[in-house]
Amino acid sequence: MIELLERLFTFEGLGRQLTLDFVQNAFLACAVLGLAAGLLAPLIVARGMSFAVHGTAELAFTGGAAALVAGVSVGLGAVAGALTAGLVFGLLGLRQRERDSVIGVVLAFGLGLGVLLLSLYKGRSSNKFGLLTGSIVSVDSTDLTVLGIVAVVVIATLAALYRPMLFASTDPDVAVARGVPVRTLSVVFAMLVGLTTALAVPIVGAILVLSVMIVPGAAAARVTASPVRATLLAVLFAEIALLGGVFLSLAPGLPVSGYVAALSFLCYLGCRLVARLRGRATVAA
Amino acid sequence: MTAHPSAPSRATRPVRPAGTPAIQLRGAQVRFGERTLWDGLDLDVAPGEFVAVLGPNGSGKTTLVRVLLGLQQLSAGEVRIAGAAPRRGSPMIGYVPQQKALERDLPLRGRDLVGLGLDGHRFGLGLSGRAARRARVDAALAAVGGTPYANAPVGQLSGGEQQRLRVAQALVGDPAVLLCDEPLISLDLAHQRTVTDLIDARRRTADTAVLFVTHEINPVLPLVDRVLYLVEGRFRVGPPSEVMTSEVLSELYRTEVDVLRVRDRIVVVGAEHAGAHCHPEPEPLP
Repeated sequence: MIELLERLFTFEGLGRQLTLDFVQNAFLACAVLGLAAGLLAPLIVARGMSFAVHGTAELAFTGGAAALVAGVSVGLGAVAGALTAGLVFGLLGLRQRERDSVIGVVLAFGLGLGVLLLSLYKGRSSNKFGLLTGSIVSVDSTDLTVLGIVAVVVIATLAALYRPMLFASTDPDVAVARGVPVRTLSVVFAMLVGLTTALAVPIVGAILVLSVMIVPGAAAARVTASPVRATLLAVLFAEIALLGGVFLSLAPGLPVSGYVAALSFLCYLGCRLVARLRGRATVAA
Repeated sequence: MTAHPSAPSRATRPVRPAGTPAIQLRGAQVRFGERTLWDGLDLDVAPGEFVAVLGPNGSGKTTLVRVLLGLQQLSAGEVRIAGAAPRRGSPMIGYVPQQKALERDLPLRGRDLVGLGLDGHRFGLGLSGRAARRARVDAALAAVGGTPYANAPVGQLSGGEQQRLRVAQALVGDPAVLLCDEPLISLDLAHQRTVTDLIDARRRTADTAVLFVTHEINPVLPLVDRVLYLVEGRFRVGPPSEVMTSEVLSELYRTEVDVLRVRDRIVVVGAEHAGAHCHPEPEPLP
């Protein structure tokens, strides 16, 4: 037991590791990813899109696997897969039941195809598992540039469309009556989610994208109903999970995704506890 | 119907030309392919007037609302809201929807819901003029008695409280016309009363015209100036005493319909089955 804990939580050689280029790249990438994911998370929760994000992540995985086999950039493959998923799920709009089953169908197909493609791949096996469980070693300066561009696109789009997006996400009937292009915004939002997901997949892995795209928003929704505060808290939680995850995973040399998932889960538990202590499931801001 | 000349005008209200009807329909027609929903509809609604829109499901009540909101084009004829063509997101119109249960964990407070009614359709973050915005939202909340739960999550409020917020959301932009689409459905009698009183107070103090779509006239009967009754493309406009009669409704439904007055209520008998082939649920007219 003690041995296991020592294996999981060690800081041996951490000082030296922190000076390495790829480690600093990883921190930077995670900081940018945390910002984009945190900004989107409360809206994802408000729109009830958790399952769609999961489906998007699996299609990013499929795209990445296809790129691996074809010998082109895995990152580009992931982006292509996630954007396709985003377009499909975005067009489905907010009709819950129909959306649920279509996402299930697309997700199952995408995941199956991805697994098949991976088994056709003859290269290093760490490349294979990287897509599913994530790896910070893979982040290079090209990825950083792409991440930065996507973060700017997400922030700029949200800044321009925040009010109609919030309106369409929380109160779609009246938003339509007020002339908000709810359907177009649904597609735009799914595209933003797709882009961010595609960038998260190589870092935290397809399986655990939810821990940075959903959990921070779900945690924030437990303690505040104010959209602005929920957004700020979600960014904070996403950064804690991602930066903390990289920090803790360095010395043990274990996959970053487990630490990220654990930290964001702790944020969620903490928020539930705070809400409970305040005496209600969700409390006014 | 005429405007109320004594109604106070407020400095924040947009200037509207005097004598212009709040809603004006001329020879209005809506067709979907071969099917004509209604045709030759003429209606002038004066500022401060309360018009109830009645009729079975499928008679085009909701389509009329969509026309006024600028979401549906007329196939023929003309429509004007306060003298201008309807357009999406027009500040001239406030909209109160049916009460629908909101998710309990929806990340939205009462004041956010009201605020979205003011500028939720606008682009940008809306960082300028926040103090003025806050004052307007606070005033709209206070007017419906929603101040005590302004900061509570909307999903955890009662149906009646949510519907009060809906009224505040529709009125915060100071519209010339208030469109209400079955706003009393699923509310108990006390809450129905609260909502109708709020709407009535508003049209009296601010001269807001009210178009109130409902399947049940009794909760609003004391407020109604005129009724627009739609049945399968046929319609009649007039005061309740003229439209809500056995003769007129029998003609509209093309079957024998009896209209009874019991105390201060109107009971319609025989209309439940008349339009049954065009609406799945029977009309719950008590």
